[in-house]
Amino acid sequence: MIRAIFSRILAAIPVLVGIAIITFFLIRLIPGDIVNVIMGQDYGDPVFEAELRRLFGLDRPVHVQFSDWFTSLLQGDLGHSLRTRRPVVTEILDRFPMTLELTLAALIVSVSIALPLGIISATRRNSTADMAARLASLMGLSLPNFWLGILLIMLFSVAWGILPSGGYADFAFSWNHFQYLVLPAVTLGTSLAAVTMRMTRSSLLEVLGIDYVRTARSKGLPERIVIGRHALKNALIPVVTVIGIQAGGLLGGALVVEQVFSWPGLGTLVIRSIEQRDYPLVQGLIIFLAFFFVLMSLVVDLLYLYLDPRLRRRG
Amino acid sequence: MVDAELQADVTDIQDHEGFLKGLLHDPVGVAGAIMIGLILLAAVLGPLVAPHDPTMIYVDARLAAPGGRFLLGADELGRDVLSRVLYGARISVQVGVTVVAFAGVIGVTIGLLAGFYRGWLDGILMRIMDSIFAFPTLLLALAVIAVLGTELRNLIAALVVVYVPAFARIARSATLTVMQEPYLEAARSLGARTRRLLIKHILPNIAAPVTVQFTIGLAYAILVEASLSYLGLGVQPPAASWGSMLATGKPYIEFAPWVSLVPGFCIMFTVLGFNLLGDAMRDTLDPRLRTVQDG
Repeated sequence: MIRAIFSRILAAIPVLVGIAIITFFLIRLIPGDIVNVIMGQDYGDPVFEAELRRLFGLDRPVHVQFSDWFTSLLQGDLGHSLRTRRPVVTEILDRFPMTLELTLAALIVSVSIALPLGIISATRRNSTADMAARLASLMGLSLPNFWLGILLIMLFSVAWGILPSGGYADFAFSWNHFQYLVLPAVTLGTSLAAVTMRMTRSSLLEVLGIDYVRTARSKGLPERIVIGRHALKNALIPVVTVIGIQAGGLLGGALVVEQVFSWPGLGTLVIRSIEQRDYPLVQGLIIFLAFFFVLMSLVVDLLYLYLDPRLRRRG
Repeated sequence: MVDAELQADVTDIQDHEGFLKGLLHDPVGVAGAIMIGLILLAAVLGPLVAPHDPTMIYVDARLAAPGGRFLLGADELGRDVLSRVLYGARISVQVGVTVVAFAGVIGVTIGLLAGFYRGWLDGILMRIMDSIFAFPTLLLALAVIAVLGTELRNLIAALVVVYVPAFARIARSATLTVMQEPYLEAARSLGARTRRLLIKHILPNIAAPVTVQFTIGLAYAILVEASLSYLGLGVQPPAASWGSMLATGKPYIEFAPWVSLVPGFCIMFTVLGFNLLGDAMRDTLDPRLRTVQDG
């Protein structure tokens, strides 16, 4: 088991290094170079230009730049924002809790919609309920989340006036805080629910055809126990993976949904930093979000080991 | 996920006629094909049938309600929403098709080579693909645009980068399966050259899973283009893109909901069409699903 865990962690390392390399060179792909882009109308001022070059370390060979940058990265130093002059790490960590809260809430919303629908859909295959659930999931997959967000605002904020159309209140266990969370979380959770529901359905359908389920049925166990204790337990393994993969996708979705609801998380920060050409911040955010995504996949992998004992032996 | 689902089923794909027949018998696939046909029609005929110039501003018609001169209403500047969504179809389809075409060619080539040669080439190519795949889609597209700037060709370049790994993975796993087939061994022992093996023997036999990826990839490319344009980082005004129309219409949802409802519906309709067709294709290709459905 410990060997299996270690091999999973080791496998993540090349991907993390790959991400770091891609991000490092991505920023250096800027047409012209980053200094010219930042200087804009100040172009031609040699003192400012030299200062910027030194700041970005562009006056040194690329491999030196990379190794310095990589060492700082390992020490958790992502440089400073060009606009606020604050450390990029501080900027990110200030906003991260909001994005995490939104993502977790969306995850809860999606699982509580997807699991029951997926189970109903699989156990009553080809019934009206099954057809309706499948159609709903395809619609959910095809709905752009920003549009769903706008539709929800039209309904709950404009027409009925029961929920705010956007904004944020400092975290507290009160309605005053959570009222802002409802619409963004439902918006973000819906597309994930669609994928999870489809996976639950197909995975459960597959398991229901396997011998041990037939045995459980033929020894007279009630359907509730056959499904709950025998089939679902095994069917949920791939579902966990899908939720894990999608949880990373949720981060991408959060970038858009935060913008729709003016939610002050990393998404709005990403957009602002791109618009302001605050490259150290853009670079830091990309690395942070991609690393977070990989770590989530790693956690899912480890969870998978726990859920499926067969994988532990294979290592 | 798609990768794993398709991997097992590549052996079943040589029967192209059966595949098409199966697809035509699936109402889901037919519905998807019809929806895509309508969108393609709008994209091709848009400029001919659009009642107004999509960038023409009618100052007296700002936020005009649907009906009369403006069938689907006018936007905040007084431009015809119908004409704009028709032109928007053009942009969406153009971006989607260009992206999957480029990503498909690059990705399939990478996957073919990796699966055919294996060894160190496979190792290097697939590690690069894994690293790209490790980024959340939208984030990577945003990163590329942040670097290159907001222009249509940069948007397309960004989406190509994002979608190459998916094609590469599918082409590779399909190639690996085909490589174990006796007919490939036979061609090899007859002295067929590498190029002939790749183009004549392997490529046609990995075409089906790649086609499914094309269809699903189109849906997502259109969705991501719309998202980026919504964020103001995709297609730039005054060009009519569904995503940017939605964004500019958002402040007016209280008194002119049509400005954002219409383009949003168009995005959903298009993506749903491709998803339905992709779903039907996958079901037709997957013998396991077929038995589940029949049984």
